[in-house]
Amino acid sequence: MKRYSLMAGAAFCLAVTGMAIWTAAADPVDETLEIDGVPMTTRAPAPEGHPFDEVLSGWLFREAETRATQEDTFENPGMIAVEEGAEIWNTVEGSAGKSCASCHDDAAVSMKDVGAHYPKWDADSGKPLNVELRIDKCRVENMGAEAYKFDQPEQKALTAFIKHQSLGTPVELDLSEGDMQTWWDRGKETYYTRTGQLNMACATCHEGAMGHYIRADHLSQGQVNGFPTYRFNTGGLVSLHNRFRGCIRDTRAEFPAAFSDELMALEVYVTWRGTGLSVETPAVRQ
Amino acid sequence: MRLTVPAIAAAFVMTGWVGAHAAEVAPGDVQIEDMAVEASLTGTPGNPEEGAKTFANRSLGNCLACHAVEALAKEQFHGNVAPPLDGVADRWSQAELRAIVVDAKKVFSDESMMPGFYSLDVGKNVREDLVGKTILTAQQVEDVVAFLTTLKE
Ligand code: HEC
Ligand code: HEC
Ligand code: HEC
Repeated sequence: MKRYSLMAGAAFCLAVTGMAIWTAAADPVDETLEIDGVPMTTRAPAPEGHPFDEVLSGWLFREAETRATQEDTFENPGMIAVEEGAEIWNTVEGSAGKSCASCHDDAAVSMKDVGAHYPKWDADSGKPLNVELRIDKCRVENMGAEAYKFDQPEQKALTAFIKHQSLGTPVELDLSEGDMQTWWDRGKETYYTRTGQLNMACATCHEGAMGHYIRADHLSQGQVNGFPTYRFNTGGLVSLHNRFRGCIRDTRAEFPAAFSDELMALEVYVTWRGTGLSVETPAVRQ
Repeated sequence: MRLTVPAIAAAFVMTGWVGAHAAEVAPGDVQIEDMAVEASLTGTPGNPEEGAKTFANRSLGNCLACHAVEALAKEQFHGNVAPPLDGVADRWSQAELRAIVVDAKKVFSDESMMPGFYSLDVGKNVREDLVGKTILTAQQVEDVVAFLTTLKE
């Protein structure tokens, strides 16, 4: 797989034009993140076969104020949605007259570290499931309730609540289960495929231009460990597939449906790219 | 004598016979030779003021997303994904600048991050309403090139 090398392009133009060396210093901050005193792994050695040596949390690329908001769960507006998720957890819904808690009891115990290992292989459907789809599976099969609509507030809140039970736990996928490796391969293909009128791939921005500013945005590695994230500019949680679709839309391309095979494969691959980073849900972003 | 595209365009301009549009070079017909496009795409000289606007406009050139330039210091947020364009006209000729704006991937390398602003060589799944369309019109390219040629140090 060819790496998108911005530097190669720049070097080329240096060679042909002899222009002055331009440096674009916009390194991620050299700081450590503790949330309520619990240390987070925001830098981790990359897994084998990764294009970077080190994987970096998106937190390292945000402004000081945004970073500070995430350090204190009382300050973090995303925690309101997590609390809503806790209420949904205990609410009876559907024809079986059950809540999540009826079967799973205390989420702090039953869901501890679970979210750090999603997407996970689901033998029944022969596909990987993310937390959103795993919730839907329980709602439909175990509660006699309907699957959530994409980005319904309850879906985001409950997903954030479950992911939050893994706060601090390093992301790690089991690619040996079922056909996970095939989905990873497919996701990788998507990651390097240029889309849209602007002709850019995920890798163009999050690999080739990582650490640089694209207009006002400091480009991170595009990690998923903080999702759903709280965003100030929309004043609410943003789901991962919403973010994926937004990034694809910005290349002026048609974008796939949420939870489509294409985006599920992408989620498997991009989650792997963040192996070793702590789950930070709900992370805070501009 | 074989009439070249610029010659025809110039003839149109001189006689005022048809608008610039009729003489526009279609995206697929632009010849990039030796990293340069010698002929104007429209025959109508570019307007540097219009070019500066197109350059900054987020839904047109949005060149500031990646490049900084002193001349537009009043605009907020200049990116640093790509080299600053100060003095770019000292480094490249007008014909080379035109080629860079038309399709940077043909000038630098296929891996270049810079979109082709007058090219139909684009990515997959282009948004439906943009299929067959270029990011900039031929005249907008000429305007942007005219602006770039003012960037001397
Ligand atoms: C997505 C990022 C991006 C955008 C948007 C972009 N460029 Fe570029 N541009 C680059 C990169 C990167 C280079 C360096 C060469 C390379 O690596 O391809 C470059 C190189 C150039 C150069 C040569 C610079 C030099 O000093 O040698 C010019 C001129 C240029 N761009 C003009 C423009 C104009 C005009 C626009 C808007 C119409 C624009 N660019 C939009 C990324 C971009
Ligand atoms: C009738 C009992 C029942 C109800 C009600 C129920 N589940 Fe489940 N849930 C299960 C079973 C059984 C499993 C599969 C356990 C396994 O595979 O280890 C499961 C698995 C899960 C998992 C995956 C755990 C893992 O280790 O990967 C999650 C997450 C989950 N449920 C969330 C929920 C949520 C959220 C609700 C409420 C919307 C809910 N469940 C309601 C029975 C239930
Ligand atoms: C034109 C550049 C561009 C492209 C192409 C792009 N993104 Fe992004 N992406 C951004 C920007 C800007 C942000 C917000 C700042 C940041 O975190 O980098 C972002 C943020 C993200 C985030 C959130 C990171 C965090 O920590 O909150 C994820 C995940 C992401 N992108 C994934 C992707 C994927 C997957 C693709 C390909 C389908 C993609 N991006 C393509 C520009 C891009």
